[in-house]
Order: sequence, then structure tokens, then C-alpha cells
Amino acid sequence: MSNLATHTSYDPPLVDGNPSFHDITEWVSVHNERKAKPYWWAGFSIAAMLTIMLVTCFLYLFWNGIGVWGNNNPVGWAWDIVNFVFWVGIGHAGTLISAVLFLFRQEWRTAINRSAEAMTIFAVICALIFPAFHIGRQWMAYYLFPIPGQMGMWPNFRSPLLWDVFAVGTYFTTSLIFWYTGLIPDIATLRDRAKLGSLRQKVMAFLSLGWSGSMKNWLHYEKAYTIFAALSTPLVLSVHSVVSFDFAVSQLPGWHTTIFPPYFVAGAIFSGFAMVATLLVPLRKLYNLENIITIRHIEKMNIIILVTGSMVGFAYMMEFFVAWYSGVQYEIYAFVNRAFGQYWWAYWTMFTCNVVTPQLFWFKKLRTSMTATFVLSIFVNIGMWFERFVITVTSLHRDFLPSSWDYYSPTIIDILTFIGSFGLFFFLFFIFMRHLPVIAVAEVKMILPQADPHFYEDHAGDGHHTHESAPTVKPSHS
Amino acid sequence: MAAAVKTAPPLRFTGVVAEFANPKTLTDAAKQVREAGFKKWDCYTPFPIHGLDKAMGLKPSPLGYIVFVGGLTGLCLALLMMWWMNSYDYPVSISNKPLFSVWPVIPVLFECTVLFSVFTNIGTMLALNNLPKPYNPLFNVSEFARVTDDKFFIYIESDDEKYDDHKTESFLKSIGAVQVETVPEYE
Repeated sequence: MSNLATHTSYDPPLVDGNPSFHDITEWVSVHNERKAKPYWWAGFSIAAMLTIMLVTCFLYLFWNGIGVWGNNNPVGWAWDIVNFVFWVGIGHAGTLISAVLFLFRQEWRTAINRSAEAMTIFAVICALIFPAFHIGRQWMAYYLFPIPGQMGMWPNFRSPLLWDVFAVGTYFTTSLIFWYTGLIPDIATLRDRAKLGSLRQKVMAFLSLGWSGSMKNWLHYEKAYTIFAALSTPLVLSVHSVVSFDFAVSQLPGWHTTIFPPYFVAGAIFSGFAMVATLLVPLRKLYNLENIITIRHIEKMNIIILVTGSMVGFAYMMEFFVAWYSGVQYEIYAFVNRAFGQYWWAYWTMFTCNVVTPQLFWFKKLRTSMTATFVLSIFVNIGMWFERFVITVTSLHRDFLPSSWDYYSPTIIDILTFIGSFGLFFFLFFIFMRHLPVIAVAEVKMILPQADPHFYEDHAGDGHHTHESAPTVKPSHS
Repeated sequence: MAAAVKTAPPLRFTGVVAEFANPKTLTDAAKQVREAGFKKWDCYTPFPIHGLDKAMGLKPSPLGYIVFVGGLTGLCLALLMMWWMNSYDYPVSISNKPLFSVWPVIPVLFECTVLFSVFTNIGTMLALNNLPKPYNPLFNVSEFARVTDDKFFIYIESDDEKYDDHKTESFLKSIGAVQVETVPEYE
């Protein structure tokens, strides 16, 4: 944060429009304080209805059992694990932005970290409900945790599925606490702007914990923030590695590969950044935040999508090479079957959306175009869902014994549940964008040029810099 | 919080709060307040300011060391838990694998280390900062509401040995304060 002032003179400004500190507060807070616009009510209502559909689907499943899904033998893992990995993966971009880019002193992250972290938390919630219901006897969910029971048994810590419980549980807890820590000063801003005695003032006063902006507090706060970033960085890499262990530690051809952990992490960041773009391209427009989330921010995200997309494409080809090079007929069959078997359409959808279309971001015109960014980000979302589908289903539906082979297709409940999980995700995001600052206000103020005391030395030290007298050319450029 | 409209006279004044125009004047003033020998004082800003901690003479935060101990505790507890549950209290032989081995416990060891570090981090940070702090006399000063927006303040407590109503006020004005207010405390 303050000790990370690395923005150099040849970089373009981080925030456009040369705003004062007060402008930043105003631009962001006003959306939490005014009445909701019709588009918000429309989006919120649709999302709420889809959430009700999700709840209904799960109640139906709870009553009837897993048989309402299309899972069969041998495809015992299907859309539930596909959706789980899909949603967990989306979460990774938020942590990457909040933690990894922080450690790498990427100050442009301040414009997007708040909403990306919120996205992480909501995506992980959507992810967790799928395995929670797939366990079958949901009332026995406590078996997942090392809790003493009447049988005296404990979970098997050699199982990758249990590692997953710990990994995703820790990930969710850490993301939530990190997000809340970042929110404290901004909630205090909303508290101080609220009318005295109003409900918002009371709620915000409670949530801000009495934050006063004391420098003694900022000192510990910044340290805590840095430690959170340092803890989250290995954590985010570990979470999707552990998720990939669910597959890689098994003996199944197509799953039992050492490339899985890095390949899953790259794919997770890829899909997560696509979802950030899907959310922020409309949000910056609706909330008039184009000066904070500038085209340069979108372009940087698109470059990350391009890089990670190419990594994923490399992994796809490497898998084929290793299968061929191993000389194992089962391994070779698993991959030939992926691309040319019954699920060829899923494989080539995945390949097109993840490897081919993101390459369009090589063109500066496309990666600085909002329409192109939005459309291509949707393609990535689709492609990354199909990636998990291809991995899960193609390896399972061709078992070792041809007599067990079967074809998997989802039921209507599968489909409605998956659509409903998008409803829950957007339901939570709509509540967030309405009631909490979507931009990290204090952090954006910190990267303004006038936040640095040295800024005033370059200006004849008048010490009375105001917005009106601010130079149009930033001092760092002079 | 905007100041409440108080009809009763204040019980006492807990100190003076001075407003400064920008991070530069605040940092310069902080240096002078420190050199004047005040002990019970603090700066209030909308965001952390580069170099202000040094100007105030604040020591670096000890948080890192405490979190390290917290993480180490998580690591040891996780190791003990997994060994005790799977190889001592209720050993189950699975494919005749060893009952305890380092490799399969690594993921959970790591996650528990992170989880304990995170809880230690947030808990210690709040404790060091005296948060949650439901009451703060500074919130009685209406101008102070803009500390979370765009204003910069120095607050000197009346409990400070060097404190003297008028001298401290004029001292703060002499070091560049735009405005100086006394901080009232009500019943």
C-alpha cells in the first residue's frame, strides 16, 4: 500500500480525469446511497427467481436422492463436480488480483480488486453447494470434518477428497476475512456519509468496527494486509492444485497425470479473469466508473486472459503428446476418445473457446474494445465449463471393462440446478453492488499522485493543493 | 459519524484536533509535533500516507512475528491431529499403506497453517488497533467525519504531559493547521 509507490513517470495515469480524493469517494459511494435504478431491480429479480429455482432443485434432490441427476455407472461424477470445479476456478482470479498482483506491486489492481474479491466469495459459495449435495446423505455432512462421533472413527487424511474439504474451506474463510479487512475503511466512509441515526449509519457503524483512520491503526492494518496477500498467494495456487488432486491422485487414464496441478491453476486464473471481465464491463458502464476502471485495466486483464489461455492450450497439446509418448494403450485411448469419441463436440467446443478465440486478443483493437472483451469473456466461460466436463465425463464413460461403458447425459434437474447456481451468484453480486463500495476507495486514493507527500514539493511547495489548481499534466510526467 | 446535535454542555474536553490541507503539510506537522515532545497523539487520514509513520516515529508493526507463531501452532496441531486420528486413536489400514507418512499429510498441514495464520492475523491486527472501538470522542467533532473522505487530522490528547489548552492550539496553528477544534466529551 503506501510503501508500494512504484508508479513510474513513463506510465499512463492509473486513474483518469485527474480526480480529487473527494471525487473518488463521491463516484463510488453515490451508488450505495441513492435509490436503486430499474436495471438493478430487473437484474436482481431475475437472479432472485433463479435462486429460488436452485433451492427448489436441491429440495427435490434432498427428498428423492441423487438419482434425480443424470449420474450413472460408470459416470458417478458428472455435472456436480464439473460445476464445483468451474465455480472454484472462477474464484481464483479474485485472489490473484487481491494477493498476487499486490505482492508484485501492480497498483492498477486497486480499481478491480474489491469486486473481484466479492466475485471470489460468491463463486466459492456456488461451488461448495454442489459437493455438499452430492454426498447423498446431506444430513451426515459432518462426516467430512474431524468431529468426534459415536462410532469413534475419523476422516481418512490420505484421501484427496478430504484435502479438498480443507483446501476449499480454508480458501473460503481466508478470502472472506481478507475481503472484509479491505472493506473496513470503506465501510467507515459510508458510515461517515450516512445520515445520523439512519439504518445505514447504524449498520455501517457496526461493520466498520469504529474505524477512525488513525495512522497507528493504518500501520498495523497495512502490515496485516500484506500478510494476507502473502498467505493468499500460495493458498490460491494450492487450492486448485488440491482440486486437481481429486483427479490426478486416482488411477484413471486421462486423470492420472502430473501436469494437472499447474494446468488447473492456469485454467482457473483464465476462467476467473474472464468472469471479472464479464462482470466489470457492464458494471463500469452502469456505475459510470470508466475513469477508475479504465480501458487500460480491461486491456491488462485481456492480456492475462491471452497468456493463461495460451498456457491452457499448451497443456491440452502436452497431454496428447505425453499420452502418445507413454506408449500405454489405455492412456492413448483416453485422449483419442476425448477428441474423436462420442463427446467430440464437447472437446472441440472447449478447444475453440479456450485456445482459438482468446488468441484474438493479440489485436490491440479487440482487447481495448468493450464489446469484444465481453463477448470473448463469455466464450471463455463456456469453454472452461466444457473443459471440466470433458475431463470428468470422457475419462469415466469409457471404463476399463467395455461391458461397463455407458453414455452420460444430464437430466432437466442437472440443467436447472446449474442455471440456478448462476442465479445465486448474481443474486449475491447484485446485493453487493447495491450496498457495498464496488471499488476499494481508500486504496484508489492512495495511488492518486497527490497522495504522495513528495507531489507537493514539485509544486513550489505551496502546500495548498486543491483540485481546481491541479495540473492537467500529472507531476510524474513533468 | 456526523456529530450529534448536543444540547447539554460537554463534560470535558479530551484534547484538540487540527485539520491539515494535504498529506505533505500533515507529514511536516507530524514531524514537529513529535519533536515538540508530545507522546499521546495520533494522525488521522483517509488512506495510509507514505513516510508518515517515520515522521511520527512509529515503530514497525510486530504483526509478522505474531502471525508466524500462529501459523506454526496451526502446523503443529494439524500434524498432531492427523497422526493421532489415523494412526493412534483409530488406525485403519488402507491398501496396507503406512499408517502415518509425511507425504499425504502435506496438503492439510499447509491449509491448517494458513488458516491459523489468517485468524491470528485478523485477531492480532484488531487487538493492536483497539478495534472494535464503539466509542471515540473524535466522532463528536463534526468536521472529523471527513477523515474517511479527504481530510487530514492531528489529534493531541489532553492527558499528554505537555498539553496546555491555548498553547497547544496555537502551536498546531503555527505548524500549518487550517482549523483547530477542541474535542468534547458528553455524558
